[in-house]
Amino acid sequence: MLKIENLHASIEGKEILKGINLEINEGEVHAIMGPNGSGKSTLASVIVGRDYVQITDGRILYDGEDITKWSPEERALKGVFLGFQYPVEIPGVSMVNFLRAAINEQRKYRGEEPISPSEFLRIMREKKNLVGIDSALTNRSVNEGFSGGEKKKNEIFQMAMLEPRLAILDETDSGLDIDALRTVAQGVNALKRPDNATIVITHYQRLLNYIVPDFVHVLYKGKILKSSGKELALELEEKGYDWLQDDNGNGGI
Amino acid sequence: MGKEVLRNKTPELTRMVLDRFEKTGTSVKTGLLPAVKIMQQKGREAFLTYGIPGYKNEKYRFTPVQKYFEKNIPPLMVPRNRNFKLDDIFRCDIPTLNTFMHVVLNGFYFEETSSLGKMEDGIRIGGLRQAMKEMPGLVSKYLNLAAGESTDGLVALNAAFATDGFFIYVPDNVVMEKPVQVVNIVNDNQSDLVQYRNLIVLGKNSEARIVVCDHTLSEYESLSNSVTEVFMDREARLDMTRLQNENNNATNITHTFIRQEARTLLNNNHISLHGGHIRNNLDIVLVGSHAKSHANGLFLMDHDQHVDNHVFVSHAAPECFSNQLYKGVLNNNATGVFSGKILVEKGAQKTEAYQVNKNILLTDTAKMNSKPQLEIYADDVKCTHGATVGQLDEEAMFYLRSRGIRENDARLMLMYAFAHDVVRKIRIEVLQDRITELVEKRLKGDIPKCHTCLVNYS
Repeated sequence: MLKIENLHASIEGKEILKGINLEINEGEVHAIMGPNGSGKSTLASVIVGRDYVQITDGRILYDGEDITKWSPEERALKGVFLGFQYPVEIPGVSMVNFLRAAINEQRKYRGEEPISPSEFLRIMREKKNLVGIDSALTNRSVNEGFSGGEKKKNEIFQMAMLEPRLAILDETDSGLDIDALRTVAQGVNALKRPDNATIVITHYQRLLNYIVPDFVHVLYKGKILKSSGKELALELEEKGYDWLQDDNGNGGI
Repeated sequence: MGKEVLRNKTPELTRMVLDRFEKTGTSVKTGLLPAVKIMQQKGREAFLTYGIPGYKNEKYRFTPVQKYFEKNIPPLMVPRNRNFKLDDIFRCDIPTLNTFMHVVLNGFYFEETSSLGKMEDGIRIGGLRQAMKEMPGLVSKYLNLAAGESTDGLVALNAAFATDGFFIYVPDNVVMEKPVQVVNIVNDNQSDLVQYRNLIVLGKNSEARIVVCDHTLSEYESLSNSVTEVFMDREARLDMTRLQNENNNATNITHTFIRQEARTLLNNNHISLHGGHIRNNLDIVLVGSHAKSHANGLFLMDHDQHVDNHVFVSHAAPECFSNQLYKGVLNNNATGVFSGKILVEKGAQKTEAYQVNKNILLTDTAKMNSKPQLEIYADDVKCTHGATVGQLDEEAMFYLRSRGIRENDARLMLMYAFAHDVVRKIRIEVLQDRITELVEKRLKGDIPKCHTCLVNYS
């Protein structure tokens, strides 16, 4: 589904990603771990098309197509979704209008009629239950006055509404208490299908107790230092990042 | 605050304008109320004293009034071009507002709609000139009472020559159930300088909702200089919305004076949708304690349009509340000005006064000048003010786009949200819906014709 080849990317002339290779197939859950400043969020940003990240080399293939020049909305319409680390508050734009607009854009893209109000409400109700988000929140402006935990739940709620093929969850666990973490993880697991995939970006192994990855990658100084199965996460939790070395014997943190 | 002595810096232009008016003459010379004669005389003197504001006049620094008057547009002193059916040129269908619609055409109350209507509960609505005949006592008492203190030469010019406009009187303890809509239309087959004068008097514990629409239908260049005085007696409640939708050849200068007695509640909304050059002066004085005043404004300008809102709120009594919320979106080469001043007089303790001005510039060439000012002579007050000029929030833009919403739609969503902050302050629901719709069309780049105005204008 997603294939990243030798990706180099910079922010304001400073190279952050220094040759990333990553392949993600349908039905897989990948965890990307690494210390602060290793480039995790930059990788997420570059996949969804943030313009402040400049790709200097390499490419991103999605279903075999090079998407590096695509607009964020084109990527979204093709099924790429980002759960933001810091969801922005948008006063005056209601959750309902926002989600309806997003869903109708998808429908238009697929050549379908706009969603009927009753169908929309039905789906809203269903997905709210799935994610365990407070009904009152969806009557407000996008993220306005939401607590940190509510904002993260709202990201998963939007993911449930939009049913992406490739979901990237950027530090969705940060700022969540254990109950909220569990609800968020349950939501993510419930949305898992054989034809979609998830990238979980996280600092801590904690979330991976609830969302079990098929692969764990360690990102360090803009490179993937090590890729392995889920047991790597446990190892990292236990030993930290210090013992890691790449295939050339470089590394050590 | 001492009265500033602003000497006439444009004596030649001022004299030329005065001569032009006096040579044109007026249809109403006889039978004038003594109070009106005094107003005219005082106006003439004040006009010669203060003159047309020049380029260096601080109050008009960003709005070149001098240039507008140098065009020498002939004043319209008598009603003309009235032999047509109003419905043929203008129809506004804000639902339920139709019943009480009144029209001022080129500065003169348009009789076809009605004479000074006598309604149940003693409410009187109609033309000012008619009111001078039918309610001389009331008109004499209030006319020029607030505006007469102004040091603005343009207010003086209006006092000297304006003879008509609309008049609304709501007696004590009367609640006007339906809103009144007043439509100021400029429509002629020549260029005109029009002046009109409006008077609104609300009795004790009365209530009114008023919608004023400024429309220019004429394709010729026009200059309008109007004065509106509003007197709110104790505990009166007023919701007033002024909607300006005019063409690019129109220059519209409005002066609104509002005097609030104790425990009055004002909600004043000023929506400038479209117009060549707009200058709005709003002057509110809270003369009685516990008065509340909300002054809201929204302006959406593009191309070479210019809008200037000058708001002055004076707290002359203790324990009053005021809030100013002005927001603007400027596109292309449009220019905007906001100058908001809060004055808290010495005895006005426990004043709460707030002011916010937020602006979005959509291009590098649009310009906004914002000047918030506080002048406080009391020590126990809560006052804040703030102004921002910026672009649309990039983070919010990206968030919307990352959910598949197209860039252009995302931009519009954010602009609606920005504007809606002001629109939601309008307390007449049907009007709020209507203005929401007009604002959305405007932001989409459509020319807002109010749709049902049958005459298209550019």
